[in-house]
Amino acid sequence: MSERTEKRTQVADVDRSLYDFTYSEEGYERYDDGLTPDIVRAISEKKDEPEWMLAMRLAALDTYHAKEMAPNWGPSIAGLDMDHISTYVSPRTKQAKSWDDVPDDIKNTFERLGIPEAERESLAGVGAQYDSEIVYHNMREDVAKDGVVYTTIEDALHDPQWEPVVHEYFGTLIPPADHKFAALHYAVWSGGSFVYVPTGVKVEYPLQSYFRLNAEGAGQFEHTLIIVEEGADLHFIEGCSAPKYYEANLHAGAVELFVKDHARLRYSTIENWSKNMYNLNTKRARVGADAQMEWVSGSFGSHVSYLYPTTILQGDRSNCEFSGITFAGATQDLDTGCKVILNGADTTATVDTKSISKDGGCNTFRSSVIVGRRAANARCSVSCQSLMLDDISRSDTIPAMDVRNATASVGHEATIGRISDDTILYLMSRGCSEPEARTMVVGGFANPVSKELPLEYAVEMNNLIKLEMEGAIG
Amino acid sequence: MHDTLLRVSGINAGTEDKPILHDIDLAVGAGETHVLMGPNGAGKSTLGRVIMGDPAYQVNSGTIEFGGEDITDEAADKRSLAGIFLSYQAPVEVPGVPLYSYLRTITQKRPELKMTARKFRARVGEIADQLDMSGSFLTRELNVGFSGGEKKKIEMLQLLLLRPKLAILDETDSGLDVDALSVVSRGIEAYRADCGGALLVITHNTRILERLSVDRTHVMVQGRLVAEGPASLIDDIDAHGFEQFERANASGGDRA
Repeated sequence: MSERTEKRTQVADVDRSLYDFTYSEEGYERYDDGLTPDIVRAISEKKDEPEWMLAMRLAALDTYHAKEMAPNWGPSIAGLDMDHISTYVSPRTKQAKSWDDVPDDIKNTFERLGIPEAERESLAGVGAQYDSEIVYHNMREDVAKDGVVYTTIEDALHDPQWEPVVHEYFGTLIPPADHKFAALHYAVWSGGSFVYVPTGVKVEYPLQSYFRLNAEGAGQFEHTLIIVEEGADLHFIEGCSAPKYYEANLHAGAVELFVKDHARLRYSTIENWSKNMYNLNTKRARVGADAQMEWVSGSFGSHVSYLYPTTILQGDRSNCEFSGITFAGATQDLDTGCKVILNGADTTATVDTKSISKDGGCNTFRSSVIVGRRAANARCSVSCQSLMLDDISRSDTIPAMDVRNATASVGHEATIGRISDDTILYLMSRGCSEPEARTMVVGGFANPVSKELPLEYAVEMNNLIKLEMEGAIG
Repeated sequence: MHDTLLRVSGINAGTEDKPILHDIDLAVGAGETHVLMGPNGAGKSTLGRVIMGDPAYQVNSGTIEFGGEDITDEAADKRSLAGIFLSYQAPVEVPGVPLYSYLRTITQKRPELKMTARKFRARVGEIADQLDMSGSFLTRELNVGFSGGEKKKIEMLQLLLLRPKLAILDETDSGLDVDALSVVSRGIEAYRADCGGALLVITHNTRILERLSVDRTHVMVQGRLVAEGPASLIDDIDAHGFEQFERANASGGDRA
């Protein structure tokens, strides 16, 4: 345990120990490594689930074993051996509604990540997951009064009012057979969030779930299910981090977002997994007529990422805006991007992504835009800007477009650039050191994305950029 | 001479494959105003950049002293913090970096300019007024989308904020309309009056010099300083151009 007493501050000091600390797993419940029907049954039994969920898990496990590993089209995941990943690690604590009831080591973890502080200052509700289980969940009373539900999937399944709703939606947007790791997810999922925003309710402050993976050689498989009813409005923030280990860790979450007619959902992510993490996450949104889906995504960590949040613009005149940034440093191979499926007429989508590669890091941006037959006048523009900080890093852009309506217009624009010597000289001749000048330019490059985030997360993102630019991470 | 601020001695410099400056000797005293003139391509801007420490140029021999310290091998940021300022002919655009926070950052690099956030805001506002800049400039990104004249004003704003001991103005007057030129001239006067700093004005246009009291004039031709004289040398150049110096240099250059 590398306990230090520093606390996270909202100013510009940066210290990897903010993320890189671990606590002993002693006394935790940890299931055997590998994947068997017995482990799946044990997880289900522990959660006291309805029959249909166990059946879904076991079917997904069969699907997982039946599906071939995807052909070699992206970064290698050869270092990921499922026989050495524990799919369930529980800190043996009951979910708390007050931070005082959370065990000290776990509470300290989240305090150092600034979660309780953010909750007090700017959030409508917080869920905090530690390894496989949510350890804290709370929402402001006034938000609950409006009928907003923010809880775990497990608790929703135990509530007769919400069990049928979960049953109706769970696994419909991302089916277990979607890909091998989706099947894995449905076999062993644990934790995550269930959010329901009733018709017309506009949630004034964001809800935030934070996922912390503390255990070495373990997987995190949380499921997030969000339903924003007609005319409702929600900003949901997802944060993730993990300390650095030598054993591979796996994150295979699933995020299913249902945005009904005239509703709006903003989904913000700041992800800072450690660099032994395989991040194979699946996120998907279905958007109704005149509704709006906004993604803001900052990806910093992980050894390998495969991440392509997908938006299905089903309803007419629905809109999607996607802003994302990835930062790949040494040992990182991040294959990220976004998919937009424009099915409704007059739908619009704007994708604006940025990537930064440094110290031999690899960034691959994939975009897939599919315009359906009845999507008359659909418009989509995709822009990808890459910044390369040296000669040994790599950045690729792979756009795909499938346009089946002649009245639609789809554009793609990609640029790859470097920081010019003139820019560095200009800033240095005003007193900035060379590393400061580079950090300033990179921060400016990321600014269009970070300014989409709430202030404290923008600060965190800028701090992460500084941290990466200092190269302080092993 | 203890009050020599900048002393360039025997500098030979250039890019990797091309020598540009030859045997440059130049001394600027504290608070003095010097003018460096010469035809296009003479190497004037290169000299400014070499004094600032642009790594694109290699110094092959000679030394640069500033405030009595040898800074020949110092990086540009050290020179800047020591009190050298170079106003660029074409200031670089830095997307995503808000001008105001950039100004705060570069000011905070200097212990002698330590001030509260409130005082800083007031100071920036004061300078912006002096330069006829609207406050909305400050929320924009550093030099991004500004016209040539506006960029020069932002250079003047930094000059007045940072209060350097020596300001090298590289063609600050080029491409400016009459109004912008008058604002920039006002900025230079304010720098002289408020900061008492020295100036090295690089130009091939004498217009900007009309309102300055010039101590020394230097003429550069083909990378050599070929003439030095009082302010009246400017009038001479105005009347006869650089041809006389070019001819003299060509005959002297046979030896090289």
